[in-house]
Formats: sequence, structure tokens, C-alpha cells
Amino acid sequence: MELLLVIIIGLLYAAGIYMMLRRSLVKLIIGLILLGNGANLLIFLLGKIVKGEPPIIGPSEKMLGEIYADPVPQALILTAIVISFGLQAFAIILIKRAYKVVKTDDLDEMYATDEDL
Amino acid sequence: MLTAVISGFIFALLIPFILGRLKSISTLWVALLPLTLFIYFLSKIPEILAGNTIKTSYQWVPSLGINLDFYLDGLSLLFVLLISGVGTLVFVYTSAYLKGHHYLDRFYAYLSLFMASMLGLVLSDNIYTLFLFWELTSISSFFLIGFNNDKEDSRKSALTALAITGFGGLFLMVAMVGLGQITEVYQISAMAPMAEAIKDHSLYGWVLFFLFIAAFTKSAQFPFHFWLPGAMKAPTPVSTYLHSATMVKAGVYLLARFTPVLGNHEWWNGTLIIVGAITMVYAAIHALFRIDLKGILAYSTISALGILVFLIGLGSPDALLAACIFILVHALYKATLFLVTGIIDHETGTRDVTQLRGLNKVMLPVGIAAMLAAISNAGIPPSFGFVGKDLIYGATLNMGDLAWLLTCLAILTNVALLVAGFVAGIKPFLGKLPEKFENVHLPAPSMYVPPLILATLGILFGLFPGILEGGLIKPAVSSLTGASPDFHLQLWHGFNLIFLLSLITIGSGTVLYFLLKPSESLLKKVTAFDRFSPQTIILGISHGFKLAGKGWTGFFQNGYLRYYLITILGFLSLLLAYRLYLGVDLLINTELMTEVTFYEAVVLLVMAVAILFTVFSKSRLAAVASLGVVGYSFCLIFLFYSAPDLAMTQFSIDTLTVILFVLVLYNLPKYLKLSDNRVRIRDGLLSLIFGALISILALEVMSESLSKETSEYYAENAYILGKGKNVVNVILVDFRGFDTMVEITVLAIAAIGVFGLLKLHLRSTEKE
Repeated sequence: MELLLVIIIGLLYAAGIYMMLRRSLVKLIIGLILLGNGANLLIFLLGKIVKGEPPIIGPSEKMLGEIYADPVPQALILTAIVISFGLQAFAIILIKRAYKVVKTDDLDEMYATDEDL
Repeated sequence: MLTAVISGFIFALLIPFILGRLKSISTLWVALLPLTLFIYFLSKIPEILAGNTIKTSYQWVPSLGINLDFYLDGLSLLFVLLISGVGTLVFVYTSAYLKGHHYLDRFYAYLSLFMASMLGLVLSDNIYTLFLFWELTSISSFFLIGFNNDKEDSRKSALTALAITGFGGLFLMVAMVGLGQITEVYQISAMAPMAEAIKDHSLYGWVLFFLFIAAFTKSAQFPFHFWLPGAMKAPTPVSTYLHSATMVKAGVYLLARFTPVLGNHEWWNGTLIIVGAITMVYAAIHALFRIDLKGILAYSTISALGILVFLIGLGSPDALLAACIFILVHALYKATLFLVTGIIDHETGTRDVTQLRGLNKVMLPVGIAAMLAAISNAGIPPSFGFVGKDLIYGATLNMGDLAWLLTCLAILTNVALLVAGFVAGIKPFLGKLPEKFENVHLPAPSMYVPPLILATLGILFGLFPGILEGGLIKPAVSSLTGASPDFHLQLWHGFNLIFLLSLITIGSGTVLYFLLKPSESLLKKVTAFDRFSPQTIILGISHGFKLAGKGWTGFFQNGYLRYYLITILGFLSLLLAYRLYLGVDLLINTELMTEVTFYEAVVLLVMAVAILFTVFSKSRLAAVASLGVVGYSFCLIFLFYSAPDLAMTQFSIDTLTVILFVLVLYNLPKYLKLSDNRVRIRDGLLSLIFGALISILALEVMSESLSKETSEYYAENAYILGKGKNVVNVILVDFRGFDTMVEITVLAIAAIGVFGLLKLHLRSTEKE
């Protein structure tokens, strides 16, 4: 399974970077999202994946048992997901707004500041 | 001695305030400061003459060996008297020359700053304070050259001078650090006994190289000489003080000061002789063709500095004696000529020698000063210059095999200098006075008395060289050679070879003066060679440097996001690939891995297809939708592998993102194909390579064993300390609670941004 996940990570990175290299702003955002997903999966994988043992302490116990999924990468990823949502939301609205003003989403045409428009 | 050095700095700070209040009265009193210093140092003569040296030391940063060590010996004494003496006269002269100038206070402040730095420089015994004062003289001279800061020329020359001398200053620093490394002491006076050990050290050559560059830049030696003619944009008192008598001699002082430590080695002598000889001949010939008085004087100064470097290079006691005398001779006549030039410029408004004639009729005292200076410059008996010239020829004649070559070079230089001196000192005053100058009148006494004093001294010392011999010259020479010198200065040596050489110099110089008339057309012919001059070459290099910097920045900082990305990723890929090429043992232990079930394989397949579809889809809606599919597949993976919180978060966030996208979808730009296929293939290749490298990296990391310390701590303490059963939640809201709070703040800011962007009305654009 890990091997397959490694391939998926590579694919996500490749796809994310390819999209970020496009000139269109929308594609840039999609690329960012893909890249972020790839990074999350990478962190998840490196914390060693465990099946069916969530890091939740049982009702009658005081600490986790012998085998459990690593909680630290999960906490990290959770933070990352939320923050990247903030970024995505802002970026999407910004693109919408920018498109309304400058009528293009080609990065090469957005070189001027608003005074020059 | 510290007080003597510091007083100038304090004075420089105070004077703008004092003069601001005393606008109406004459500023003659300002000259009291250098005068006091001059008298103070004069009073030290008996002590120095007795063979003592005066040493004072003040701790500054003892742990780094940086102390304010001051040291007064014969050589320092010669220079401090020169600095304070000429300083006094320049201060007096300035009070009339710049009378009523708006920034006179500033000018005096810069001048005192410079004088104090210069005193500190020649009195420093510590190599680091030497460097410090050296840099201070460069900086204060920058302000003085650029004093007329409303003129572009002036600013440009100031910058050139600062660039060249500052550049040399860095070299001095390196040389001093090198010396400190070799000797492990920081006092120059303590280094002299180690001279032999220093010369055998492997760093000796480097120290010499750096020291020479420093001295050559400061003392305007070929090929760094060109800043000095440019520096003539400064007001004349500055040219007099800095660029003839004191600052440009700092390089000569440096060489003289280190003669006992580093001198008497073939590299030392050879380099100095060659550079000095090139400079003196090159500049003397240039001086012949100038028509601007200051230009003539600038080039003849460079030539004189060349002679000094040349003499120090010869290194024999004769030559060092000649150098000491010539420093004084040159300071006396050149300062006079500069001051006279200033008067001519001030009264007639021109410095063009082709126009100036017959000024004797309107300003006789000035003419007398100028002619006396020209005589001393020419080395006509009974002037002090004659004594100096005799000693120079005496030194070159004693050089064995090379004697004739060196003597011929010296004669050539002296002939050219004589002509230049006559053009500057005699030509403007003889002949018929042109009508336009008939109303010219004699300036205030405070302007013409200083050059008269200097010029008279130039003759007086020639008639009675004994005045100087004991008090000034002997201690100076003995601090250079280390031995008690055995010589007797006199004007008349009888009819010998040296006298014949002097006659030849004077005779051929006078003939050349009458043959060669400086004119504009001649100057033009000479400036045609400027294309090959060091100035053009060095400025060209600096220009090329600027262009290269611009090209470099333009290439890397091009403003295109994708090129930045390509550069960064390409470089990273190369590095990683190189590491892989060097050999990495990839251990893939399939036994430790979890098995693949059928439904997992299906989820991953769906995910892969969705990713590819997102990339290659031609419709925005489809791309966004398949992005959602990718996100939901993530949820499933998180669910399979014991991360329910992540699954929930991913699910909600992904839903929100897709909704947001769809909501604004109709306001989004069309999904255009903007790049051609070649670019796409290039980008695709780069992305695939990078993706593959990341995969390999992930495999590499997975084969390493992981430290579980942090996780175990949380696993054990989540309930006991945090009273929560969901460990991930406890980490986020309890152990790392502050982080989460900041994260929420970030989200809040993003939300405000989104809200603002949605509600913002761009008034100016909507009106159109």
C-alpha cells in the first residue's frame, strides 16, 4: 500500500507543479491545492500508516495501547488543511475580483499596477 | 597627544553652532586651532632631537588589540608639522576665499575633521587605528571634494575619489590584518625588530600586495592616479591642503612608515621603483599639455608623488633623505602655487593659462610668491628645491648598474615639472596685461600672505638648510633607516656631476618652456589618447560590472512566477539527481508494509484518474469537480488509516472549496490554452522529474527508523494531563493551544480579506 501511496504523492506533486507553471491564475490555484494535498499525504505517510487503530483512548483506559496511529502528523495535517483552506478561499475571491477589474487571468498581462490601467 | 588629535574632532562638531551665532565677524580666529597644534608640536622638537620618541597609549578594545596608541618620532613629526603648519595657512586663506559663503561653517567643520584624521593617521602606532584614521581621511575628503554639491561634476568627482580611496582602504585593512597575523603584535614600532622574520614569512608577498594597492590609490599612483585631477573640482583651499600637501602624501607616509618593517626586499624595491617611475614620467608629460592651472598642478602633483614613491623604492639612505627633503620642498612650493591659483581664479574668474598674462601689474605680492615657488620647483639655486633636486640625483647616481637609466628618468621628469611650474607660476604674471583684467585688484592680505610665507620659506630653507637639518630632517631620516644618519645639508657642493645635471635640467627645461606653448588644440590632441588611459579602462570595468549586475538581476528576477519556479525546481532536481547519481541504496522492504485490499486499490485508481482529469480537462467545471473527487478520495484514505479527524476536516473543507469555486465559477475567466505544446512538454517533463524525485525521497525517508518520543509523550499524557480521549484534539486545543489560536486568527484575517474583496467597490473603475 505504501508503494502505491508513494506513487500517488509523486503524481500529486507533478500535477501540482505542472498546473502552477501555467499562465492562467485559475490553474495556478488548482495547482496549489494539488500540491498541498501531496504534501499532506507525504507527512501522513512518513508518520507510518496504521490500519484501524485511531489515536483515541478507549472508554476505560487512561492512555493509548501498544499500537496506534501517530497523532502528531495528524495534528500537523489538520492544521495544514485548515490553513490551506483559508488561502484557497482568499485566492479564489481575489482572482474573481482581479478578473473583474483587469479582464484577464493571464499572469503575463497582469504586470501593471492599477494606476497604469 | 590624544587631546591634540581629538580636539579637531570636537572642534568639527562645535563649529557649525559657533559660526551660526557669529555670522558677522571674520572667521580668521578659526585658524587658532591649527596654529596651537603647530606650536604644540614645535615644542616637541628638542625631545625628538635628543633621540627620544614620545609614546602614549589609551585602551580602547584591548581584547582585539585595538588601542589608541600614539607615537611621535622624526617621521611623524615631519608630517604633523606639515599638516598643522599648512593647515594654519589654509584656514587663514579660507576665511577670505570663502568669505560670506553660505556653508562656511560646514566647510570649516569638514576641514577640521580632515585635519584631525590626518594627525591621527600619522601619529597612530596601532595598525587598526591607522586604518580607522585612513578611512576617516577618505570620508572627510569626500565631503570636501563634493563641497559644491549643487554641481554634478563635483558630486561625480567626489564619488570617484571616494570609490578609489575607499577601495584602497579595504586593501589596507587586509594588509594590516595580515601583518597582525604574522607578527601577533599590533604596534608598528614593535614590528621593526621582527623585519627579517616577516620577510621570510609566506604571507609577506600578500601583505606587500595589499599595502601597495592601498598606498597607490591614496597617493594617486599609476594606474589609480585619475581621481586626483578630478578632485580639483573642490574649492582651492581643499586642493591646496588635501591634494598637494597632506592627504595624497598619506600613501607615501604609509610606505615610509613601513620601510623599516617591510622594506629592503627585492619585491618592495622593484615594485616601488617601477610604479613610481611610470607615475612620475607619465604625469609630468601630461602636465605639459594642460591649460587649466589646476589641471597642470594636479598632474605635476601626481608626478611629484611618483618621485617620492620612486625614492622610497630606491631605499638607500641617500634616497630616503632625498624623499624626506622632497616632501617638504614639494609641500612648500606646490601649496604656494595652489593658493596663488585660487587667488587668480577668485579675482579674474578664469584659470585658463592661455588667457592669463601680466598679472604682476595688478597683484605684485602674489606674483612674487608664485615666482619664488616656480624657482624652487625648478630647482634653481639658491632655492630649497635645488637642495632637493641635488639629493635626488645623488641618490639615483648611486644605484650601480641602473644608475644612468634611473637618473635619465629623474631628469626627464624634472624637466617636464620645471616647464609645468613655469607655466603655472610665471606665465600668468609676465607680459602685457589684457584689458579685461585691468580692473583686477589685490585680494585681502589673509589671502596673499599665506602663499608669500610658504614661498619665502622655500627660499630661506635653501639658503640656510642647517635650520632644518638638525631639528627635522635628521630624526625623520633616522626613523626611516633605523641608524643615526651621517650627512650635512648644504646648498653648494662645488662643480661636480650633480651640479652639471642640475644645469642640464634647468637649461633644457627653460628652452622647452619657450618652445612649447600650451594651447587648446594641443590639449585636444593629447586627450585623443584618453581612450587608452587607465581612467577609461577602470571606469569601463566598473560600468561593465553594473551592466553584468543588471543582466544577472534581469535574468533571475524577471517577474514571471513560472520562471522562478522553474529555476528553483530545476536547481533542486539537479541537486537531488546528483545525490542519486552518487549512489543511494534504496531498501524497499515490502514485508513491513501494509497489504493492499481491493477497495483501497480502487480508491487510489479513482484518485489517480481524477488527478489526471483535473490537469487535462478543458472545462473549468469538470476540473473543479474532479478536484472534489481527489479530495473525497483523500477522506477515504484517512478513514482507512485511522485518522477520523482528518477525514472529517478534509470532507468539510473540500466541500466548502468546491462550493466556493462553483459559486464564483461564472465570474471566473475562461479556461484558455495559453501556452504552446513545446512549453507544455517542457513543464510536464520538469514536473514529472520532480514528482519522481519526491517519490524516491519519500521511499528513502520511510526506510529510516523514526523516533517516536514526541508521539509517545502525547499518547501517555493526553488523558492524564489534558483530560481528553481524542489525542489529536488534545494536542491541538491543549498542548499546542496557542498555535491553534494563532491559526484561528489567520483564518479570521483571511475571512476579513474575503469579505472586503466581495464588498469592495472600486469607485474609480466603475465610474468609467
